[in-house]
Amino acid sequence: MSFSDSLPPQLHVVAITLAQILAVTVVLILCVAYLTLAERKVIGYIQNRIGPNRVGPKGLLQPFADVLKLLLKEVVVPANADRFLFIIAPVLSITPALAAWAVMPLFPGFILANINAGLLYVLALTSLGVYGVILAGWASNSKYAFLGAMRSAAQIVAYEIAMGFALVAVVMASGSLNLGEIVQAQAGGAGLLNWFWLPLFPLFIVYFISGLAETNRAPFDVAEGESEIVAGFHVEYSGVSFAVFFLAEYANMILISALTAVFFLGGWLSPFQGWFAADSLLGAPGFFWFALKTAFFLFCFLWFRATFPRYRYDQIMRLGWKVFIPVTIVWIFVLGAMIAFKLPPWFA
Amino acid sequence: MLAVRNIFKTFFLVELLKGLRLTFRNLFAPKITIQYPEEKTPQSPRFRGLHAQRRYANGEERCIACKLCEAVCPALAITIESDVADDGTRRTTRYDIDLFKCIYCGFCEEACPVDAIVETRIHEYHMEMRGENIMTKDKLLAIGDKYEAMIAADKAADARYR
Repeated sequence: MSFSDSLPPQLHVVAITLAQILAVTVVLILCVAYLTLAERKVIGYIQNRIGPNRVGPKGLLQPFADVLKLLLKEVVVPANADRFLFIIAPVLSITPALAAWAVMPLFPGFILANINAGLLYVLALTSLGVYGVILAGWASNSKYAFLGAMRSAAQIVAYEIAMGFALVAVVMASGSLNLGEIVQAQAGGAGLLNWFWLPLFPLFIVYFISGLAETNRAPFDVAEGESEIVAGFHVEYSGVSFAVFFLAEYANMILISALTAVFFLGGWLSPFQGWFAADSLLGAPGFFWFALKTAFFLFCFLWFRATFPRYRYDQIMRLGWKVFIPVTIVWIFVLGAMIAFKLPPWFA
Repeated sequence: MLAVRNIFKTFFLVELLKGLRLTFRNLFAPKITIQYPEEKTPQSPRFRGLHAQRRYANGEERCIACKLCEAVCPALAITIESDVADDGTRRTTRYDIDLFKCIYCGFCEEACPVDAIVETRIHEYHMEMRGENIMTKDKLLAIGDKYEAMIAADKAADARYR
């Protein structure tokens, strides 16, 4: 009798789930580590440089050197800081970014938690991430950190609405809040034209740009705004606590990229579905396509950062309130018409 | 009409897409990084680095203690004392260049009527002890002796333009 057989069946399920969670989290954290390297390499290449290439072959061990350095540094808690909130803030910011992966359909038939309200869960967790930023700014008791937190809060409020509306349209189009079923709803015989990016094109753009704003990435990175407020909400952070913020930012980037892939580019569906046989190499759905789509959006994150200057603060607010929200509302009505007229191939 | 076109351009992010196209092209452009200790940038023969004093082919010092370099030096980095040598010629007994004062303008080199003081292309040097910033006559001559071939080649390459 093996060890696993000696456990009661309920514990069996727990053990398998824990192993799956561990596998997903470890892979995710490795992805985060290499995303930091990819960012430096891509931005370097765009600026006609070659980026880090000293640590390990072609610089491939650079992330580990960075992490090691940060782990060995002292964590300084400012004298006037709210000690409890100061320590808890980075944890609050990384947890939602990792927890949201529970409902992510990674490949056909695999979701850690196949819950019906997956999309609501994702929406709730991505909004929670900002509390880490706000609390960090508040607890630091420093004016720059506080300014960064205020900016972040206002920005999240503005873009959360546009993001929510874009997701409402996804729900309308797929008829489900379950992320796995949203992916299934994009299956069909027309290849990548069957995905939601085409009927929801403006919302696709709005969602991704709002995602940039939600993750505080360039050109919406006013929350850290080096040139104006030093480093914004994480001015006072050092060592491991800073590393956790860093990890959270990149984990959020991966999350937003993966969500965009699931909502608008058919998740693990092959772009050649229906054109090639479903069991052929190109036609088969699988994790590979999901990873490819996520990687594409991650590249866009880096590409945008290397291209665009930071938005002025009032421009961010104008874009969020006066452009994105009207656009999403108009397109929800257009989508309603499309669904009412059963427009093929999506809504037939 | 212009207003309509502007709205169209703004709404379809035309300018942003142009910017993205530019950066995407640069992603594949040749990289200009020089991997410094292994690779080095090309240098002009006129490069003005560490100083040296030269000798004639028969081993005689070129410097005749005319003090033109001392007079022209804008940073007052050169200190010269001279005396009559045993063979009756005028020679420097002291020739110091303070590398902390020197601004590497090359005026001393230009002022020198006998090409005695020169600036070589050596630029990767450092000091570890207080006082090492003073280049004495002996040190200058030693550098000149060591790198005479390089200095002569650089002078020959630049001779056309002098």
